[in-house]
Amino acid sequence: MHMADALISPAVGCTMWSVTASLIAYCSKKVKNGMEDQKIPLMGVLGAFIFAAQMINFTIPITGSSGHLGGGMILSILLGPHIAFLTMASVLTVQSLFFADGGLLALGCNIFNLGFFPCFIAYPLIYKSIVSRFNTQPYTERKHQKKDRYILIGSLIASIVGLQMGSFAVVLETLFSKISELPFGTFMLMMQPIHLAIGVVEGLTTGAVVLFIWKARPEILDSALSTSPLSSSNSAPLSINKVLIGVVVATILTGGILSWFASSNPDGLEWAMFKTSGVEELKSQETIHTSLSEIQEKTAFLPDYGFKSNELSEYNKSSEVPNLVDSGVVDTGASVSGIVGGTLTLIFTVMIGFVLKRRKSEITIS
Amino acid sequence: MSHHIVQADNLHYTYPDGTVGLDDINFKIHHGESVALVGSNGAGKSTLLLHLIGCLTPTKGYIRIGDYPLNKKNLKAVRRSTGMVFQDPDDQLFMPTVFDDVAFGLINFGVPEAEIENQVMKALEIVGVSHLAQRSPHKLSGGEKRAVAIATVIATMPDIIIMDEPSSNLDPASRRRLINLLKTFTHTKIIATHDLDMALEICERTIVINKGSIIADGSTKELFNNEKLLAMSGLEKPLTMQGLR
Amino acid sequence: MGNLQNNLFDIFYMDTLACSKTWIHSLDPRAKVLTTLLFVGIVVSLGKYEISILIPFLLYPVMMITWANLPVIYLIKKIIILMPFAFFIGIFNPLIDKDIILKINLVDITNFITIMGFQNSTGIIEISGGWLSFFSIMIRFSLTVSAALILICTTGFDSVCLALQKFRVPSPFIVQLMFLYRYMFVLIDEASRMARARSLRTFDSDSKMKFSLFVPMIGQLLLRTLDRAQRIHLAMCCRGFDGHIQMFRKMNFGVSEVLFILGWSSVFIICRLYNIPFNLGIFISKLY
Repeated sequence: MHMADALISPAVGCTMWSVTASLIAYCSKKVKNGMEDQKIPLMGVLGAFIFAAQMINFTIPITGSSGHLGGGMILSILLGPHIAFLTMASVLTVQSLFFADGGLLALGCNIFNLGFFPCFIAYPLIYKSIVSRFNTQPYTERKHQKKDRYILIGSLIASIVGLQMGSFAVVLETLFSKISELPFGTFMLMMQPIHLAIGVVEGLTTGAVVLFIWKARPEILDSALSTSPLSSSNSAPLSINKVLIGVVVATILTGGILSWFASSNPDGLEWAMFKTSGVEELKSQETIHTSLSEIQEKTAFLPDYGFKSNELSEYNKSSEVPNLVDSGVVDTGASVSGIVGGTLTLIFTVMIGFVLKRRKSEITIS
Repeated sequence: MSHHIVQADNLHYTYPDGTVGLDDINFKIHHGESVALVGSNGAGKSTLLLHLIGCLTPTKGYIRIGDYPLNKKNLKAVRRSTGMVFQDPDDQLFMPTVFDDVAFGLINFGVPEAEIENQVMKALEIVGVSHLAQRSPHKLSGGEKRAVAIATVIATMPDIIIMDEPSSNLDPASRRRLINLLKTFTHTKIIATHDLDMALEICERTIVINKGSIIADGSTKELFNNEKLLAMSGLEKPLTMQGLR
Repeated sequence: MGNLQNNLFDIFYMDTLACSKTWIHSLDPRAKVLTTLLFVGIVVSLGKYEISILIPFLLYPVMMITWANLPVIYLIKKIIILMPFAFFIGIFNPLIDKDIILKINLVDITNFITIMGFQNSTGIIEISGGWLSFFSIMIRFSLTVSAALILICTTGFDSVCLALQKFRVPSPFIVQLMFLYRYMFVLIDEASRMARARSLRTFDSDSKMKFSLFVPMIGQLLLRTLDRAQRIHLAMCCRGFDGHIQMFRKMNFGVSEVLFILGWSSVFIICRLYNIPFNLGIFISKLY
């Protein structure tokens, strides 16, 4: 599921952009240093493949809904996490530009949700460990048969975990943004089961397609598994450690930046973990008050139309959510002005367009 | 001019899965010659072409291009002097615009920036598609794509042009334009094709391949009159010659 | 497989739009990318209950569409098709956030009843914060989506990539984007040919397929794709590819680009700082 521009705040959007941008830079550097150059067209064309493949749907029995191939996991299996992440990022970029899936500001979130978790967590920690457990065993024909199961189970679990994490990230990002009113629990209860189902479907498709490839051209997968596609690291634990460190750093970075926003932006975040210390709360209440008084100052230009200030504070008491009032309370007088002015501006803007268009066509005719 | 000689000596190639691709191929192609490489599907034409540009390494025997034996060390120099036109132009045109595509080889071969635009436009003019310079390859017709693919190759001024099925998927008019264009080229040409009429018009010499080995090598006209040979290698007398009978 | 083909035509059409020749199209792509990012950033930075302040921002898409001669109906259709997603998330706001934060006195504006006919009690229309934020989400959604579409329709994907490259986006990613875009057309075409071949031999009218068919089809497409990648690599090597892709392209960031950015950014900033519709309303109600 894609985040949309309209649902995220600039703070969250920018944070995720910077996290994603640094991931892209990191992967690009990795790719630049350690890649055989034949991977350059390969990753490009596989990106196009994911793009095309996601447009082909199949019917899910019983439910009647449709499923398609998920991108991140299969790309990781074929190309390794770094290239897969870049490829996924490019697919999402094109989707955001042409189909406006998500949007430009939300692009960072989307690349992170749909790229980071499958490529850097689910693939190395789950898929690889399941399949490599098989690989360490001595090769026999019977074992070869059994590998089917390992690949299928590996990609199924990895896809599910990747998507669960991704959808949880969507929940967090939406909540941090404070644009949607959905409470944390409800939203999570909505998102996680849906994505469990999607994860199962994606995992099965991924596993089945990987098996298909493995049966038709085993050398493709074997080379992807045995030598980590990025040249050097045959030693799985090392790369996993690196990735883990990366995750921790990214989390701390994200959390740090977000909490910084939280303390500087009173209405931006009201999050349980920031509330644990009373100091935090006090500070934010203070800022809420100052911003309230600012609003009152502004509306004071129109004393006749405005809300009386005690009425406003009554509102403040009665409502369960105290910070509701701070950002956008509009009094009746102000709202009238807003509506009248807004309508006029709207008409005016559209008229400009029409006039310009008319003039343009006149010019071309004459 | 031994300079532009293409020579294969005792060339063998076996695929990783054990299938024999090429079996004792020997030939020598001189400067300026046009040679058609014909044979049924799967006879080994493409495999041979891939050897000529150093994309496959022979399991036995060697190839000489010009003065160099073809090996890893001379690969770049060899590729500089040979140009390959692939069967599917979509594989060859990978850049955002036609201009970028033609310039790609020039930039890689270190042509100074000031000359690039000039050379690109010259190559496009030769194949007659200079008006397409700023277009994206995915918006071109099949014939235009083929023309641009040829332009990407001749822009780097190779001595030897290698073509894989250049006339496939072309409408008759485009095919005619292609043939007329190829006739004007003075390069050494090696053309793998099923289009025997085209081979007859362009190439004075023909090499017939069957099951990975050369079964005939000689004058195009003579070979194409040998119906037994043609039948054996999954071919048919060119239509123009059938009319003459 | 109408879906596949339609998507392809859609992209194709936008690509064609990007090739027209207006002064907007001929601007340096960097200027347009910057302006778009600025626009999206400022629009999104507005508070969640804001509606009136968002309206002047409509000026940007309107002007760009007119200047660049883009088909309005087509763009509006595209935005509407995308609406449901924002709608489903946004629609929960009115259900959850029921606190009244906007009151409109009927005596003042009787003529607006028909437009905003919500809870009507004692001559005052009350609008909950949820509805306000819902509409705000929808407007924001339309604005940001249209900005992205306008960027692509006036600039073209390749030029956007080149602009990004000039902004120091790492080159492997740029190359990746360009390859993806180039082969997207080829592969969608290939996929739809396969899908057509399938639908000609199965006799259900359903455009979707069974899982047991889906897997070999996707697998087959993937194998073909891998082969194609290999052929492309060969073609690149034959023209001296050694791991680096360089582009030779002239870009000109001149006076008109600077003016374009400065002009729009000052418009955006003015619209952001001063609630124009609001002040206009005040002005008019004072006259009244």
